[in-house]
Amino acid sequence: MKKIETIFKEKKNLLSIYFTCGYPKLEDTTKVISELEKSGVDFIEVGLPYSDPLADGPTIQDSSQKALENGINLDIIFDQLMTIKETNKTPLVLMGYLNQMLKYGEEKFCQKVVDCGIDTVILPDLPMVEFENYYKPLFEKYGITNVFLITPHTSDERIRKIDSYSKAFIYVVASASITGAKGDISNQQIAYFERIKGMNLKSNLIVGFGISDKETFDTACNYANGAIIGSAFIKNLGENGVDKINDFIKPILS
Amino acid sequence: MKSKFHPDKNGYYGQFGGAFIPELLYPNVKELEDNYIQIIESNEFQEEYKSLLKDYVGRPSPLYLAKRLSEKYGAFIYLKREDLNHTGAHKVNNTIGQILVAKKLGKTKIIAETGAGQHGVATATVCALMGLDCTVFMGEKDIERQAPNVARMKMLGAKVVPATSGSKTLKDATNEAIRYWIQHPETFYLIGSVVGPHPYPDMVARLQAVISEEIKWQLKEKTGKENPDTIIACVGGGSNAAGAFYHYMDDEEVELIAVEASGLGVNSGESAATSQLGEVGIIHGSKTILMQDEYGQIVEPYSISAGLDYPGVGPLHAYLYESKRAVFMDATDKEALTAAYELTKIEGIIPALESAHALAVLPKITFKKDQVVVVNLSGRGDKDLETYIKHLED
Repeated sequence: MKKIETIFKEKKNLLSIYFTCGYPKLEDTTKVISELEKSGVDFIEVGLPYSDPLADGPTIQDSSQKALENGINLDIIFDQLMTIKETNKTPLVLMGYLNQMLKYGEEKFCQKVVDCGIDTVILPDLPMVEFENYYKPLFEKYGITNVFLITPHTSDERIRKIDSYSKAFIYVVASASITGAKGDISNQQIAYFERIKGMNLKSNLIVGFGISDKETFDTACNYANGAIIGSAFIKNLGENGVDKINDFIKPILS
Repeated sequence: MKSKFHPDKNGYYGQFGGAFIPELLYPNVKELEDNYIQIIESNEFQEEYKSLLKDYVGRPSPLYLAKRLSEKYGAFIYLKREDLNHTGAHKVNNTIGQILVAKKLGKTKIIAETGAGQHGVATATVCALMGLDCTVFMGEKDIERQAPNVARMKMLGAKVVPATSGSKTLKDATNEAIRYWIQHPETFYLIGSVVGPHPYPDMVARLQAVISEEIKWQLKEKTGKENPDTIIACVGGGSNAAGAFYHYMDDEEVELIAVEASGLGVNSGESAATSQLGEVGIIHGSKTILMQDEYGQIVEPYSISAGLDYPGVGPLHAYLYESKRAVFMDATDKEALTAAYELTKIEGIIPALESAHALAVLPKITFKKDQVVVVNLSGRGDKDLETYIKHLED
């Protein structure tokens, strides 16, 4: 697997796709990753299904619930990821909620992540103060990088601090929203993207929440190193299945 | 007064508490954190809060020596009559306080979560009183089960939004309220219990503390002593217990008993006895004890009482449990029903099903001679009549 830092050096306009492990079927985790890789996606967010995903909208909630009903759990997910460790070259980022790591055992979780060849995690409910007080040294011990989110309401001072803690990229949340927001990108959002761009941060920027198609992807790429599509992909996956993944990705990359 | 049972600057009670919120909520929570103590301690707030509690809610709520109950159990049993408050429970102490905080912060739109509908009604009530916009999130299943409270909220002018995710009950209503809050950062989230991210558990505990503040002087008037030997309160999220315990937490001589709902039995798989079944975890922005599976997926609790079937417990209570400052007991559905029928028959008071759980531990305790016990009667049973009638026929 390539390092995520490497792809930021190699390319602009990176397309990342979020998907939910164990969805639509329990064994689809690795199939989805391999289809996404074939279709030219630059890096993949591997979603760990959670019973109470506070930052997620209905589409990802539904897929998570379905995946849990399919019997998915962290042990199965780590086993699935181990099977493609050698063959998959596309960088993977794990996205889940803090309680999953806490209950699994923080050290054990980190070790498993590293064993799977992954070094980047996104935990949307891990606040900065907890990171500073506790998780920073833990992640450093395992060589894991945490991705922070910033929003239209995050102060410049806080963004600077987040920039100093970020290694892989900063997740620029496109609007005050949960995942699955729809519609065009507004002038207000453009002003926010420009504000962030104008801060000349050292970190790479990836826009997410509300990116759903080629148009919104291209717009986001004007202000960042790339963008993440989640809910729109999950919706397509639910409707059309794993075999049609390329049909969804192709127009976005065209 | 600084107590070891007050949270530290990061909102921790020992290892419990904190504010595990997505970055999207940081400005909202920070605004509240920076201002709540100053607002609550201001003379302006205190005057208005106290005046509304007196003239609108009907406080102080009586402390009643239940003579026949006392005779039966061989102790002096006092009932703190939160059931006599306007809207029928202790919930309104908190909503009156928080609505004044919201106003002070210039907020005009209020959101809340509700399980049985008691907090929803108490929130809709204060919003009507203050002329503020009110949206209440309620699990789709609870909407079906609690039709009268849904009607009350609507009559009070609130919009009731069904939570259709997950198990469609209180935990999901709370998730939906938080998601709405993320998308509408201009709103004020009026949480109904001592749960959620810091500073909510502390703010709600301070607003419910009026319960134990009154118990102190009322008991002194009646017995010459401020301190009872024992205080008993039921715990779901734990706001009525937090209020009843608050001014006694540092007085180690006062025994604090928290009663959880064990549903069909602690180990039946249908229970809400969080302290016995739960482990450390994060729910609704707070690190606490919660019911979860081995992978941290939150487990849906069960109790006959919709106000006690919460999979977590407030972080203060997790700390009272861990530090052994409070004794945690439990009562099953059946024990609670029996206690409710008993209080109704021998004292003429129909308690809420939640409060009946607190009463249900009386037969399990061996009282010493002249032991003074206060049971916090957190709410009245009007809302539970259907359940009571159904089980009378059983």
